[in-house]
Parts: sequence; C-alpha cells; structure tokens
Amino acid sequence: MTNLGVYEEKIKDFSWEISERELGYKQGDNINIGEYCTDRICRMGKKDKLALIWEGHGGDIKKYTFDDMRMLTNSIARFFKELGLKDGDRICLFMDKIPELYFGFLGILKMGGIAQPLFSAFGSESLLTRLEDAGTRAVMTQKRHLPKVRNIVKDLPGLEFIIVVDDDGSKPLREKEISFSMENIEKIDQFDIFPSKAETPSVLHYTSGTTGKPKGAQHVHYSLISQYITAKYVLDLKDDDIYWCTADPGWVTGTSYGIIGPWANGITQCVLDSGFKAESWYKFAEKHKVTVWYSAPTAIRALMKEGIDVVKKHDLSSLRHLCSVGEPLNAEAVIWSEEAFGRPFHDTYWQTETGSIVISNYPDMKVKPGSMGKPFPGIEATVVDLNTHLPIERTGTVGLIALKPGWPAMFRTYWNNEEIYKSKFKNGWYICGDRASIDEDGYYWFVGRDDDVINTGGHLVGPFEIESALLEHEAVAESAVVGKPDPVNMEVVKAFIALKPGFTASKDMNLNIMNFVRKRLSPLAMPQEIEFVDSLPKTRSGKIMRRVLRAKEWGEEIGDTSTLENDEG
Amino acid sequence: MSDTKDVILEYVKNEYLEEGDDQEVTYTTPLISGGIVDSFSMVSLKLFLENKYNIKIPDDVATPEAFDSVDNIVEVLKKFNIE
Repeated sequence: MTNLGVYEEKIKDFSWEISERELGYKQGDNINIGEYCTDRICRMGKKDKLALIWEGHGGDIKKYTFDDMRMLTNSIARFFKELGLKDGDRICLFMDKIPELYFGFLGILKMGGIAQPLFSAFGSESLLTRLEDAGTRAVMTQKRHLPKVRNIVKDLPGLEFIIVVDDDGSKPLREKEISFSMENIEKIDQFDIFPSKAETPSVLHYTSGTTGKPKGAQHVHYSLISQYITAKYVLDLKDDDIYWCTADPGWVTGTSYGIIGPWANGITQCVLDSGFKAESWYKFAEKHKVTVWYSAPTAIRALMKEGIDVVKKHDLSSLRHLCSVGEPLNAEAVIWSEEAFGRPFHDTYWQTETGSIVISNYPDMKVKPGSMGKPFPGIEATVVDLNTHLPIERTGTVGLIALKPGWPAMFRTYWNNEEIYKSKFKNGWYICGDRASIDEDGYYWFVGRDDDVINTGGHLVGPFEIESALLEHEAVAESAVVGKPDPVNMEVVKAFIALKPGFTASKDMNLNIMNFVRKRLSPLAMPQEIEFVDSLPKTRSGKIMRRVLRAKEWGEEIGDTSTLENDEG
Repeated sequence: MSDTKDVILEYVKNEYLEEGDDQEVTYTTPLISGGIVDSFSMVSLKLFLENKYNIKIPDDVATPEAFDSVDNIVEVLKKFNIE
C-alpha cells in the first residue's frame, strides 16, 4: 500500500489541512521548518534514529541521529546569534554537499534567518550578483571556495561575516573571516527557536530568466505543509526507508526534497558528496541499501550510457521507488530503468518558484513513459492559450502550464523585484513558463520552455547572464547564447560569437573563452560549443534575434523574419 | 611520458583549482569523482587535450572514468600514440 493510495480517490477529498493535521499545525501557530525537521522528530520518539548518513568522495562516512542533528542545528543557530546575526538576515551557504551545509540550513531557519544556498561551483561573478541582490550579511563556506568569496568581498560592503567551516589554521584568515568547526562545537540541548509564523521568509533560491539578473524566489516557513505531504505521497517515504536525493542543496530540489521533505517525515537519508561516476553511485546505493531514489534525467541518461552490465554487478534489490526531476524524463529512460532496476523512474515536475512538486507520476498510477503525470492533489493546474492565457479545453493542444495560486510552498515574491513577480500572473493563473499539452486521460506532456532560458542538466541558465560575461572577454565583440539539443543534458549552452578586429577564431581562442565563462559564472554556464560568426542576426532596431539561432540548432522553422536586419544569419 | 603527465597536471591545477586553493593534486587524485572537474567542465579538459596534442577524442572514449585522474588521461592519450 502506498502512502497516497489511489490517485483518483485522493484528489476527491484532499485538502492541505491533511498535511497541517499530520504535522500538528493549526493556523496562527508558530511554524519553523528547523524545529519541525529536528526537535519535533525527536519528540516523536525518533531521537536515536539516523537522520543523515554522509559519504565523502574518499570513502569517509559520518552518521548523525535526529538528536545529533537537533543539537548541532541548535549550536549553529546560537553561533549565528552570537555573531550578531538577526532574524530576517540573509545567510548564504556556499559549500559542497557536506554535513555543515545541511545542518547550517536548518540552523539558519532556527534562528529566524533566511537561508540562501548557492551552488558551490558558481564562479565569483555569479556569486557577487546573487549576494549583492540579496544584501547578504554572512556567508558560510569552505576553504576551497574561500578564494571566490575573497575575490568579491571588497564589492560587498554589507557582507560582514565569512564563516569558514574547515579552517585548520594553516593559513591566516583575513578581516571578516571567522573559523567555525562543527566537529568541535558544543552540542546545545536547548535553544530558543525563532517563533516564525506561516508567512515568515525562510529560503531564497536564485533562478535565471531570459533577461536581467537572476531573481531570488523567496519562500516562507509555511512551505513545509506542501513539502512534507508531497515527499510523503510522491516519493512515498515510509519510516524504514533509506532515501537518497542526488540533488545539491544549492538548487531547490536539494532543499525541498534533500532536507525539508524527508526530515519533516522523520526519514533517514544518505548523501554522497562526490562527482558523478556510475560505478560509485551503484556502490553507494548498494552499500547503504537505498530504498527510495530521487535523481535527475541527466544522471539517468548518463547511467544509461554506461549500460546494464555495470548495474547487474551490484545488488540493488533494496530499491523500491524511483523518481526524477529537473527536466522532462524521456520515454527511453523510463523503459531503460524498468529493465535495469525492475521499476520505472517516476517523473515529477515543479520549479524553484513552486517550491514543491506540482505535477507528477504517482506510485500507484500507471506511468505513461515520457509523460509528466498529473497534478498533485490540491493543485489546480491547466494549460492556457499562449496569447490569451485562457484555459485550453481541447485535449492535445499545446499551451502554457498554469497553476491556480495558493498552495503552501508557492514563492511569495522575487527578492527586490515585485514587478517581475506580478508579471508571472495572468487571468488569475501563475504561468510557469513551460509549454505542455494534456491528453484525454489527464496526463501532462512537456513540450519545451516558452522563453530563451536554457535547461541544461536540469538547471536553468539565463542567456543574458552568459552574454554579459562574454562581453567582458577582451576578444568578444558581440554574442548570442542559445540552448542546443544534447542527448544527456537535454540542452547545452552554445554561443555564437563575433570577434573584435585583431582577434582570430581558433581552437585555442575557443578554449580560452570557454574557460573564461566557466571561471566567472559556473561550469553549467560554460558554452559547450562556440561558433565564430562574422555577425549575428538582428532586428532592424539592432536587437539580436536568439530565436533564429535557436531554431537552426533545433531544426525548427525560423518563423517570421520580416524584422531581420538581413537574412544571412 | 612524465612530461605529458606534468603538462596535464599543471593544466588541471591552473584551470580547475581556485587561486589560493592549496588542495594537493597528484597523478592519481580523482578529478571527476573527487569533484575537481565536473561533467560540464570535462568538455574544456577534453578540448585542451585535443588542441594540445592535435587529436580528436571520441565522446565514447572521453568518459568520466577515463578522465578521472591524470594517470587515466595518459592512458587515453596512449591510444593516440602520445607518450
């Protein structure tokens, strides 16, 4: 029996009150995600149960019970308060997937701060943009990432504390830098947890758009209500499960379902802090007897490339439920997983702004390979016309995925950008920015993004941010960045570049520009392919027409080119 | 061969470690599984090798395993008669 039961039955009588009731929350009560994931679980008699099994790439293993986690998050919360940090302060987590990242996140929430996790592979410029926008007061990081913070600290007068979690004293710390050791800190039994309410800000996750700088999607503590129940129903988490979410908490999946959802359910989860290698992943799942696995299509397709034989070398019989998120899961991957693991990956759909799963395939529901599934109970979804934004009645017609606002985990605004937040709503619907159709059985089928944002390896990358970085390269006169189809990552970044006079296109120039972007922004933003061109297609008013370049990459019709400055491309 | 190894090792240290990162990287240090070079950055490492040695490494040869250490990369280069 699955937690959800029969989908068709559940949607009839579902309300978010079910989740509130299970969590013991009543409207007007205090609700602090940090408390719900640690203290509450201990009060339920699970203090000695393992909360986290962590493994580093060298094979180091660390284990923490819920009581360890409760006290360590108290210690971190007190440490922040003793520094003078206050509720509402933005505290950035800029670390690899080490235990300090997970416990730091909950510690921030316990003291009333706003957690701002950022992907540790970000370069200095990506970091600067996001810390500047958020007005971040403190960054918690590791020695290996400290140079990137040092590069930008002079540009961030509001950044007061740089907390280094693995300082060994071998090199002197600089002004604003503070050493912190979770290994050696006193475990605090009692801490006055911040009395946050439903609408108290909790997490700030940055996401990229077509134009402008990345935007901080701001969430609140009430998001717990969605994250708890979706983790329970979609991931089907049960008390004896060993759960593995491969996402990095620098992205929303890594916090909603790599921290909040599973731990609010009192589930043991394991984390592998290591780069991708099929053999290591299978060994990890086998060693820790993982039962529920939440991963991404890019990883699944990378596993497919390694073949079935390597799967069969491992005993993965503990796996009982597989889910996927980040980009559409192609039918071949679903079919392959049935052959490799004896069960299909269940695709789930949501985004940074939605905060929790909104459309999904469910454990007891027939999977139509390649489909996104159906709306989560309590989520009113549809597809709306591309122009009128009115719901489309005819099945199979492509429109924009739209959600009726009001589910608990929905973002509350974009930090410092209410105007763009408001622009996301049309005719009373939140417009997700993705195109899809609905079939006669109510299943959703993903078609593609409705803008120029590139989904690479399950992460959204904004072309504007990359083009801006490219323009800082001494040889680049102008550029246009688009997504190019890729069998593993769905899309990869491709840059069309016109060089300044005096610079010559060459293989070395290609590599130089790639590395330039990688270091400034991130490996995700690095163009995987560069095409040097004499000029870029522009409108008569001089605007670069990315859609023309994108259409060529995807083999699509170019469409109306009447506004093109010239038709040579 | 040690020249080739050192060229690659130097490149990895210069390009994939932050300035000031004193992490020790040797011929056997795991690059991909160790998180020094991620799957996206592998494309630039592959391109460096192709440019440097004037070869074309097929995608099915440039796997995370094959690029997981300087020693492993040297084995890949041997297939192209680069010693």
